[in-house]
Amino acid sequence: MTMLSVPLHAIAHARAGDKGDVSSIAVIAYAPAHWPVLLEQVTEAAVLKAFAHLGAHSVKRYELPNLMALNFVIPDALQGGVNASLGLDRHGKALSFLLLGDVFVTVPRASLPEGSPYRDD
Amino acid sequence: MTLVHIGCGAGFSGDRFDASLPILASMAGRHGPKYLLFEVLAERTLAIAQRLRLDDSQAGYSPYLDHYIRPALAGALRHGVRIVSNMGAANPRGAAKRVHRIAEELGLSGVKIAIVSGDDLTEAMSPQEILGAPTMEGIGFAGRPLIAANVYLGARPIAVALATGADVVLVGRTTDSALALGPLIHEFGWAEDDWDRLAAGTIAGHLLECGGQATGAYFADPGFKDVPDLARVGFPIAEIQACGDLVVTKPEGTGGRVSKATITEQVLYEMHDPAAYLVPDVTVDITGMTLAEDGPDRIRLSGVKGHARPPTLKATVCVENGWLGEAEMSYAGPNAFARAELAAAVVRDRLAMQGVNEPARVDIIGAGSVLDGGDAARRQARSLPFYGDYRLRAALLSQRREMAQLVADEVQMLYCSGPAGGGGFRCHVTPQLATASILVDRDRIEAGVQVETIQP
Repeated sequence: MTMLSVPLHAIAHARAGDKGDVSSIAVIAYAPAHWPVLLEQVTEAAVLKAFAHLGAHSVKRYELPNLMALNFVIPDALQGGVNASLGLDRHGKALSFLLLGDVFVTVPRASLPEGSPYRDD
Repeated sequence: MTLVHIGCGAGFSGDRFDASLPILASMAGRHGPKYLLFEVLAERTLAIAQRLRLDDSQAGYSPYLDHYIRPALAGALRHGVRIVSNMGAANPRGAAKRVHRIAEELGLSGVKIAIVSGDDLTEAMSPQEILGAPTMEGIGFAGRPLIAANVYLGARPIAVALATGADVVLVGRTTDSALALGPLIHEFGWAEDDWDRLAAGTIAGHLLECGGQATGAYFADPGFKDVPDLARVGFPIAEIQACGDLVVTKPEGTGGRVSKATITEQVLYEMHDPAAYLVPDVTVDITGMTLAEDGPDRIRLSGVKGHARPPTLKATVCVENGWLGEAEMSYAGPNAFARAELAAAVVRDRLAMQGVNEPARVDIIGAGSVLDGGDAARRQARSLPFYGDYRLRAALLSQRREMAQLVADEVQMLYCSGPAGGGGFRCHVTPQLATASILVDRDRIEAGVQVETIQP
């Protein structure tokens, strides 16, 4: 079985929200087969590694098996947020795609949907 | 079986002005109690409204009130759809007067309007006491001038306002989901400790309160998550049963989609602990919630649990926070990234020469500005095309306006004193508000909450 390391974007979708300087990002598996991949590989440590350059120092993960979703709460990820950030995206609305793009998972190539651009090595 | 139908016509201040029209068309064919919400009150929106009211006692309600009410009012009255909105902002009474005026202009008579007031914390606490409270979710106040402090009220006052027979209920700050929970308490008579049902009604409101975010808007990712006809996305309608189970759908013939995926993204939106989502009326637990398909563009939710409401209420406190200067200049074509980087170095050097101590940031848009957090090393680690299109962006936050202006001036000066080929200068210097949350005693606030009907 050929395994591929792919960005999380290949198997999940996400939405980011903000409260103060805290980013919260829900990550949801497209396919039931990939829910265990999320549980095993998209850990608090993996997410923290992708957000450390923003100043994040901790990540809390909540699991929602009924929804095939993980909810990540990341304090101090918004560089001051709407109150103080000098960045363009003060709410961190785009950070859902930082998580999807910079956290990688290893999955069987055959588990990716036909036509997925991530199936090509 | 009674079903309560609640649609949402706006999910933020500035949301689509015509989204309520398909909802009202759909409501025309529905039976049972019917409601249309407009949620238009962000934290800063209310602070800005407070400021407008200080300048003009008639002002301070949502600046978009006319945009939402004018197209919807006649249809809502005709189809028996009651409107509930936080367009009252800092002045629900002024908002009610304005709606009466619009009704008159449209030739509609006998419109009944009720308002809820009492969310203004400055009426219950002194500025010293407010600014001295420990803060969460935001900055410390550090001696900054207080602009506004408002408590998130719950759903009960909205239910009381509906019991007056009002066609339109206008409130200021309430928790957003209360705009739906209020009507449900009114229709079903849910008790104050009927935690599971109050939680289910809160989730109905949570799914409605961001408008199209439940129905395929803010969702599309072409090739991965496709959404039909995003330009005509239908805003959500929830059909709620007395037991709290509900279906989320959207008006017939509109764009967008309602799927498990769209509902899951929105139900978790801005929720921290999914076992303890706090609102004034209840603590919500969605960890046992299930979703089921119930026909095309229909998702059924069940299994929402509730626990006792929190002992305190949350208030948002808004203070002045200086000025933000932002300025941009483009560099394009061969060697554009190197020219943009040189421009960035020049701007940094110029700010340092003038002794600027305030935090400044220089991004190069096109080389990673949004996800990089200003980390130049990440930008340089990427291979960038030699022939490119980049935009320098500099930003500076200061308590002094002239320092915010300085960054705009220095970027503009790149026209004649920077690298070759810079063009397309734009700048903004804008006053800043900062917010933080505090917790306040429930009894102290609830004693001052008032519901009244407003005559033309």
